[in-house]
Amino acid sequence: MKQWRIYPLLALLVVVSMVLAACPAPAAAPAQEAAPAAEAAPAATEAPAAEAAPAEAAGGSVVKVYTSWPLQGPMLPEGDSMKKAVDLALKHYLDANGGGPAGLTIELVNLDDASPTTGSWDGTIEAENAQKCVNDADCLVYFGTYNSGAAKISMPITNRAGIAHITPANTYPGLTHAWDQGEPEIYRPSGTVNYFRTNASDDLQGWAGASWAKCLGYDTVYLLDDRQLYGKGVVDAFIQQAEKVGIEIVGRDGVESSDIDFRSLLTKVKAANPALVYGGFVIDSGGPQVIQQMGSLGLFDLGIKFMGPDGLVNPALVEQVGGADVANENVLLTFPGLAPSQLTSEDGLKFFNDFQAEYGMEPSPWSTYAYQAMQVILDSVDRAGTADRTAILDAMRGLKDFQGITGTFGFNENGDPTVFAMGGNIVRDGDIQYVGVISPDMVEAGTCDAAMP
Amino acid sequence: MSPTEVLIQQLLNGLTIGAYLALIALGYTMVYGIIELINFAHGDLFTFGFLISLSLFRLYGATGTLVGFELVWLFTTVLLLTMLLTGILNVVIDRIAYKPLRKAPRLAPLITAVGMSFALENIFANWYGSSQINYPDFFPRVDILREWFQMDTFVLFTTQDLLLVGVTIPLMIGLRYFVQRTKLGKAMRASAQNANAAAIMGINVERVIMTTFFIGGALAGAAGMIFGNFLHTGRYLMGFDAGLFAFTAAVFGGIGNITGAMLGGLIIGLIKAFSDQYLAAQWTRAVIFAILILVLVFRPQGLLGQGEAEKA
Repeated sequence: MKQWRIYPLLALLVVVSMVLAACPAPAAAPAQEAAPAAEAAPAATEAPAAEAAPAEAAGGSVVKVYTSWPLQGPMLPEGDSMKKAVDLALKHYLDANGGGPAGLTIELVNLDDASPTTGSWDGTIEAENAQKCVNDADCLVYFGTYNSGAAKISMPITNRAGIAHITPANTYPGLTHAWDQGEPEIYRPSGTVNYFRTNASDDLQGWAGASWAKCLGYDTVYLLDDRQLYGKGVVDAFIQQAEKVGIEIVGRDGVESSDIDFRSLLTKVKAANPALVYGGFVIDSGGPQVIQQMGSLGLFDLGIKFMGPDGLVNPALVEQVGGADVANENVLLTFPGLAPSQLTSEDGLKFFNDFQAEYGMEPSPWSTYAYQAMQVILDSVDRAGTADRTAILDAMRGLKDFQGITGTFGFNENGDPTVFAMGGNIVRDGDIQYVGVISPDMVEAGTCDAAMP
Repeated sequence: MSPTEVLIQQLLNGLTIGAYLALIALGYTMVYGIIELINFAHGDLFTFGFLISLSLFRLYGATGTLVGFELVWLFTTVLLLTMLLTGILNVVIDRIAYKPLRKAPRLAPLITAVGMSFALENIFANWYGSSQINYPDFFPRVDILREWFQMDTFVLFTTQDLLLVGVTIPLMIGLRYFVQRTKLGKAMRASAQNANAAAIMGINVERVIMTTFFIGGALAGAAGMIFGNFLHTGRYLMGFDAGLFAFTAAVFGGIGNITGAMLGGLIIGLIKAFSDQYLAAQWTRAVIFAILILVLVFRPQGLLGQGEAEKA
C-alpha cells in the first residue's frame, strides 16, 4: 500500500519541479536575448533620433546617464552615499562651468540592481537595468555596477550596444584584463572595449605593494600565497613589479588554503631570512595563521615584516593573530583605492568637505570612485561635444592626463586607469591604521615619503 | 640559522606535528579495530576538543597566561573535562549514527559517519563562527634552550612544545597499558579479533564498543586542547584536514594497530616538515600520499599491521 502511494506523490513532485524549472526561463530570457535586442535597438531608435537631432541640438539635447547599483538592503548606506557623490560631482561641474558639458543637459536615472527579496545584487535585475539603458535612445552612458559579479552580466549587453560603461567600484581583474579563462573577451562580444574603471583592480595591489616595499627599504622578499585565483594573482603582480624596482625574491611557496599549521614552512622562511614576507591571502585562507606563527616563531623579532593585500584588511585580523602585541608595527596591508577621507588633492578635499556640508554625513569608502567616474563621464561628454553614443564612447576611450580627485590618469587599451593610487596601512595599537597613498610608480616618481609608517 | 639548526628545528616541528596526529590517529585505529568502521566524524572531535576547552577556560574566567597553582589545577581540570566531554560526545555519536546500523552493510555506517562529520562542522560554524579562532596563551611560553639553558641558538623549543609531547606520551603509554594489561583492554582485544566469539565467551561487546568510542574521543579531545595551547589558532573546519592526515597515519602504521598509529603519525609529521623545508610546500601533500602508496604497495597491511589473517 505504502509503496503505491509514493508514485503519485513522485509524479506530482516531478511535475511541480518541471513547472518551477520552467518559470525562471522567461525571466532569464531577456538577458539571453539581449544580443538581438541590443543590435536591433540602435538601428530602430536611431532613425527617429537622427531626424529629431537637428532640431534638438539647437535647443540643447539631453544626455541620460543610467546608474545601477544596490539602493536597498545591507548595501544601502554605500549605494546611497555613492549616489550622493555622483549628484555632488554634477553640481560641482555645473557650478564651475556654468552649464552642462558641450551645452548638453545631463540627466541621471538612478536604477537599483538589488533584489527586494534578498537585499543584494541580482543578475536578472542588473540585466534588465542594462537593457533599459540600451532601449532608451537618450541613455548614452551606463554607470555601474558596485558588484563585479553584476558587471559580468551587464557588460556584454552594453558592449553589444556600443554604450560607454563605467564603474564606480568593480575591482575584479578579469573584467578588463587577462585573468581567469576566457576573460575579459567573454564580456566583450563585439570585440571592442566599452567598459572603464578609475579604480585599480585587485591584482594590481601587488604592483603598488612591491613599490611600497622598495620605498621602505625591503630588498629581499619571500612570497607565499594560498594558490587561489586572488592570492596567486596578487603575488604574480608583486613579482612583476619587484623585478622592475629591484627587489630580490628569495623564495616562493604556495600553501593549502585550509592548512593552519605553517611552522615547518615558516622555519624555512626564517632560514632564508628575507626582509619581507609578502602573502597573497584572504582572511579565511592561511593569512592570519602565517602572521600569528611568524610571531610565535620569532620572525618578527628578527625584523622580518609581513605585507598583504586587502583580503586581509579586516577588523577581525588583529584578534585572530593573537592580539595587538603580535602584529604591532610588523604587518603592512594594501588597499586597492582611497577612501574619501584619504584624499589629498585640492579637488579631493573639496569633495570630502562639501559632501559633509551638503549631506551632513561622511561619504562611504567607494564614494571617491563614484565621484571620480562621474567626473570622467562629464569630461567625455564635453570632449565628444554631441549627444551620440559612439562619440561619447570614443571620447571616454581616449581619456588622457585627466585630473581626477585621486590623481592624474588616463585609460589604457583595456579600460584600466594608467595611474592609480592605493592606500597603505599598518597594524598599530590593535587597529589597521591608514599610513598614506601608495602607487606602482612611487619609486620612480619619488613619492615614497607619502607612505612612511 | 645554520643548516644544522634548520635540520634540528624541522625535526622538532615534525615531532610536534606527529604527536598530535598520533593522538587523533589512535581514535581511528581503535574504532576500526573493533567494528571495522572508518569514523569520519573523528577529526571533528579534535575540533570539538579545541572549542570546548576554549569555552571551559573562558567559563573559569581565564583570559591570559596562567601561573603557579592556578595553572596546575585549572589546566588539569580543563584537560580532564575536555576529555570527558569529547569522549561522551563520541559515545553519543556512536549511539545515534552507528549503533542502529551495526548489522547493516559496512557502507551504511560509513555514509552516516560522513553525514555526522558535516553536521558537527556546521554546528561548530554556528557556535564559534566560520572565521579563524585565536586560542590565547593559557600555558606559559618560555624559550627553553635560550632562557633555561642559555644556549645561543636559533632553534626554538618552547614549554608549549614540551607540553604537547609531555601530554601525548603519557597518554599513549597509558593507553598501551590499558589495552595490554587491564581486563577491559583484554576484552577489547578479544572483541577486535572476533566479536561473535567474544560475545559467546560472555564479553559484553556493546560495552566494549562504547568504551572504545569513549577512549578514542577522549584522546582526540585532549589532542584538540593541547593543539590549541601550542599553536593558538583553529577553525571550525580544522578537524577535516587533521582527520585526513591522522587517518592516513593510521593506515600507514597498519590500521587497527595502536603502536602503528603512533608510528604513522610521527612519520607523517616528519615527512611534512622535511618536505616543506627541502622540497616545496605545495608538494607536501603529494609527497605524503606518494610515500603512503609506496608503503601500501609493498606492505598492504601497513608498517606494523598484522593483516586480516589473524583476525579471521
